[in-house]
Amino acid sequence: MGRYLLKRVVQIIPVLLILTLIIFCLVYVAGDPVALMLPPEAGEQAKAALREALGLDKPFYEQFFIYIGNLLRGDFGTSYQYNQDALSLVLERMPYSLQLAGVSLACSVVVGIVLGVAAAHFRNSPFDLLVNGFAALGQALPGFWVAIMLILLFAVKLQLLPVSGSGTWQNLVLPAATLTLVTSAKIIPLVRSNMIEVMQQDYIRTARSKGLRGSTVVFKHAFKNTLVPVITIIAMQLPTLIGGALITETIFAWPGLGMLIYRGVANLDMTVVQAGVMAVALITIVANLISDIAYCIIDPTIKYQ
Amino acid sequence: MKQIKRFFKLLLRSSTGTAGMVIVILICLCAVFAGQLAPHDPNAMDLTNMTKPPAWMEGGDWSHVLGTDNLGRDILSRMLYGSQISLVVGILATLTSGAVGMVLGLVSGYYGGVTDHVIMRVADAFYAIPGILLALVTLMVFKSSGIVTLVLVIAAISWVQYARLIRSEVLRLKGKEFVKASKTLGASSGYIIFHHILPNVWPSFIVVSTMSVAGSIITEASLSFLGVGIQAPLISWGGMLSDGRVLLATHWWVATFPGIMITVAILGITFLGNWLRDVLDPHNKGL
Repeated sequence: MGRYLLKRVVQIIPVLLILTLIIFCLVYVAGDPVALMLPPEAGEQAKAALREALGLDKPFYEQFFIYIGNLLRGDFGTSYQYNQDALSLVLERMPYSLQLAGVSLACSVVVGIVLGVAAAHFRNSPFDLLVNGFAALGQALPGFWVAIMLILLFAVKLQLLPVSGSGTWQNLVLPAATLTLVTSAKIIPLVRSNMIEVMQQDYIRTARSKGLRGSTVVFKHAFKNTLVPVITIIAMQLPTLIGGALITETIFAWPGLGMLIYRGVANLDMTVVQAGVMAVALITIVANLISDIAYCIIDPTIKYQ
Repeated sequence: MKQIKRFFKLLLRSSTGTAGMVIVILICLCAVFAGQLAPHDPNAMDLTNMTKPPAWMEGGDWSHVLGTDNLGRDILSRMLYGSQISLVVGILATLTSGAVGMVLGLVSGYYGGVTDHVIMRVADAFYAIPGILLALVTLMVFKSSGIVTLVLVIAAISWVQYARLIRSEVLRLKGKEFVKASKTLGASSGYIIFHHILPNVWPSFIVVSTMSVAGSIITEASLSFLGVGIQAPLISWGGMLSDGRVLLATHWWVATFPGIMITVAILGITFLGNWLRDVLDPHNKGL
């Protein structure tokens, strides 16, 4: 396992390099930020001087290597919009993203496992049908529409919760509910089908015939074996919840990473976009690595090459 | 002919499969006959009929069944025309990403070695950025929002799933006796890929593509909702939702109906995809 993990860690290096190149290309295409950084009355001479100071007059590959060098030193550049270090901006917003993603992911996992296991247990009953319907609907509903419908119902009609903003727990409820609905719908069918498969295995029959209680069989013997796919989907959803929740964040004015990147790209503040996208990508890569390690711990039968 | 008959026989046996097929056919009909079905010009503004409620509500009338938006445009007509964009973008993006992913997956899995490593690391890099984020940044940077750009961007964020799927299928098939036998008999790589590997890869490819049409439609709607997707005068369900969002407190119907339309469309495609998966699974006795 040690060798396998080492190989996985080494593989991250080329991935990071390719990633940096993709992001850098986008920034390069976005064009010259100089006009946005100087007052409109600035002359050509001032623009050229700033371009030279920022290294924008150098050829593409040279700029790319300088950029990588800066990244390695932890220098992500300065945001002209906020006049602040881009990395510190990202770190400032990160807690909001982690909070929203953490709460939604925790709720989704609980809802997904409880409903998935229960649906598998009462297979083909009306309850199962209801859970399946909920999962199918949850996967078909566009997240942004759920968000505005929740606002319409709970904030506008019933006036129970605030429309948008951050700071109190009430602000967290609607965005977290939106993300939970969409994410748990992906977990339920996975848990359900795995549970059904596991429940038909020989060792479950053995456990039953030993006279163990139904709940012991379900939770001690069967449930553990459905964890591997659940971990995979958690690792897949975490980055989507942190960086990809930008629509939910925009609708609820939640000051997370997604919104920072959205505002950044709208104002062509590409240093912020670079730093934000890099942060999200790093989280994805680390989440995948952790899920791989978790497999080894949970399921010793998985073989690694 | 016999195959088609068997296909429908199998389809009718599954209620969700049938429901999915009916919904998909209905939406295709809406898209094709939008010009005939729409009661109004979808972009015609009518300032005397602004934010008219749906017909069954007080103040509504049957000339605008689902009401009008803040510019007096008929919501039903706009939804019908919107289905054209959703389907065209969904299908074209799926075809493009499917073709790219298929070729890269085949090459990666079949030839292995350095080629495999390079393709898979690029796939990992694309996979590390949430799709909607990459699409948003790309569209805003290129400052272009035609259908072609949108299709290319959605394809760029979704080819990875195909490449990974096809690669793993190819790796599995490569070890099978019939492929080894063919190789021993001197068959060329091209012959093996087209005669032994591709026919066995199709079923999972078709299932993933069907689901991917649904994913692309949601992505298009999301991007249009953010204002970087389809631009006026073209009509997109996501764009309609975005227009209706500001009217939410007073005129709920403007944002509600396009949302229902997206949900129904996605449900239909997903049902059809689930049914296809059950039928095409080699472990099931299917087609």
